[in-house]
Amino acid sequence: MEVRELICIGCPLGCPLTVKMDGENIEVSGNTCKRGDDYARKEVLSPTRIVTSTVHVTGGAIEMVSVKTKTDIPKDKIFAIMDEIRKVTVEAPVSIGDVIIDNCAGTGVPVIATKDVAKA
Amino acid sequence: MSNHDIVIIGGGPAGLAAAVAARKAGIQDILILERDSCLGGILNQCIHNGFGLHTFKEELTGPEYAARYIKMAEEEKIPYKLNTMVIDINRDKEITAINREDGLIVIKAKAIILAMGCRERPRGALNIPGYRPAGIYSAGTAQRLMNIEGYSVGKEVVILGSGDIGLIMARRMTLEGAKVKVVAELMPYSGGLKRNIVQCLDDYGIPLKLSHTVVNIEGKERVTGITLAEVGPDRKPIPGTEEHYSCDTLLLSVGLIPENELTKSIGVSMSRVTSGPEVNDQLETSAEGVFACGNVLHVHDLVDYVSEEAALAGTNAAAYVKAGEKKEGHVVALKAENGVRYTVPQTLDINNMQEKVTVRFRVADVYKDRYISVYYDGVQVSKRKKKVLAPGEMEQVVLKKDSFAGCPELKNIVICTEVE
Repeated sequence: MEVRELICIGCPLGCPLTVKMDGENIEVSGNTCKRGDDYARKEVLSPTRIVTSTVHVTGGAIEMVSVKTKTDIPKDKIFAIMDEIRKVTVEAPVSIGDVIIDNCAGTGVPVIATKDVAKA
Repeated sequence: MSNHDIVIIGGGPAGLAAAVAARKAGIQDILILERDSCLGGILNQCIHNGFGLHTFKEELTGPEYAARYIKMAEEEKIPYKLNTMVIDINRDKEITAINREDGLIVIKAKAIILAMGCRERPRGALNIPGYRPAGIYSAGTAQRLMNIEGYSVGKEVVILGSGDIGLIMARRMTLEGAKVKVVAELMPYSGGLKRNIVQCLDDYGIPLKLSHTVVNIEGKERVTGITLAEVGPDRKPIPGTEEHYSCDTLLLSVGLIPENELTKSIGVSMSRVTSGPEVNDQLETSAEGVFACGNVLHVHDLVDYVSEEAALAGTNAAAYVKAGEKKEGHVVALKAENGVRYTVPQTLDINNMQEKVTVRFRVADVYKDRYISVYYDGVQVSKRKKKVLAPGEMEQVVLKKDSFAGCPELKNIVICTEVE
């Protein structure tokens, strides 16, 4: 049986988690909510993260619009997603939730705006 | 001079939550004064996720969290003035402010809510030897340059201090293609949240060197390198442990200081530990009708708790305006002892308090397997075991009004840590 100690990143409480793995059987302890259990299972099987960054805006009231992957994506795709985000420029106006890149880096997950940017 | 019921200084997360709560408590005449060109404060540059799990039960980025509160304030039609800098507040609750449209204005308020936030400790406060080249930024300044203004800050980076903004910037700069060589922390423990060590440093293989500091900065025009050294228990560099790192950028994430120049101009009593004003359980300072909340009161880790605290300040300010005077009750001092550095609030009126009051505090060092205990005049009334306590993570205890029913002579409440 393999035992791993993790820190939950689900929220800023940062609960210390213990994951006991016995083949298919995974037991999580130390979590104080369901998020911790979900995080621990994902983290030992196929870890994921939400990626956040910024994209240049043309004709906007500010230079940059903040963006994020709409859901978490496989951890090993972080840099592939950043490569695509860096190539993109958008035109103002931008609203929260607007899709900036559809199906980013083949993950099936869109990159969406997290800020409103009005026209200059 | 114009008159308003409640004037809120600062339109960041604390000011917005206070304004919305005051309006919901029935106050129509509210004004927010904000010095930046938009509402939302520091959240606008905190583009990472992890905000709002307590408040909205979902994970948001900083700008999204800010947008929720800005929308609430707009739906409530709460007036605000942007690009407006408050330069003085006096004991009569007269606020002097300046902006380009109105020039110099004086506003008299029935109640004031201080929500000015905090600022970063700068290099000048650290006494690092060496030149003063370009390429040295506080972590929050670098964050603003990258995330709002769209500049590339540097390519090879060393970060001094393991506060949350430094950790977040270590990841941010790595994602933008920079090489973050090391994060050095003077203390034997990190000042940031554990989750940020995991997802900002460990995920990217960035080393964290505890008990280390920068002892030299090189480069005349631009930073060309720094020297790190290990420090002993006295936090002084140990000769012979120096290590050189070449870099073009040094970020400083070495602490936040509540921005209380205006608070001091009112002349209220200040806490030497939090660098914020001392407040009662209404979050009212020693000046009647002047309330404080958010990072100007004490530096928080979580915006969710800022919103909660600020909403309480807003509700209490509204009640004060409606009542027009302060009820005198039975005021008890809260004392922080044995590993607890401070409490907010610092006093509690056990007759006029809400049914529940949340007392927030930080501990002085990293402790394992300790109890957080509460004593009323030397009698233990509660204890709660914590596996780990760290200065970087704010703690809280909730005191209930009915727990004071049998204590008519109560003089003090002690909050402390205890070993078994």
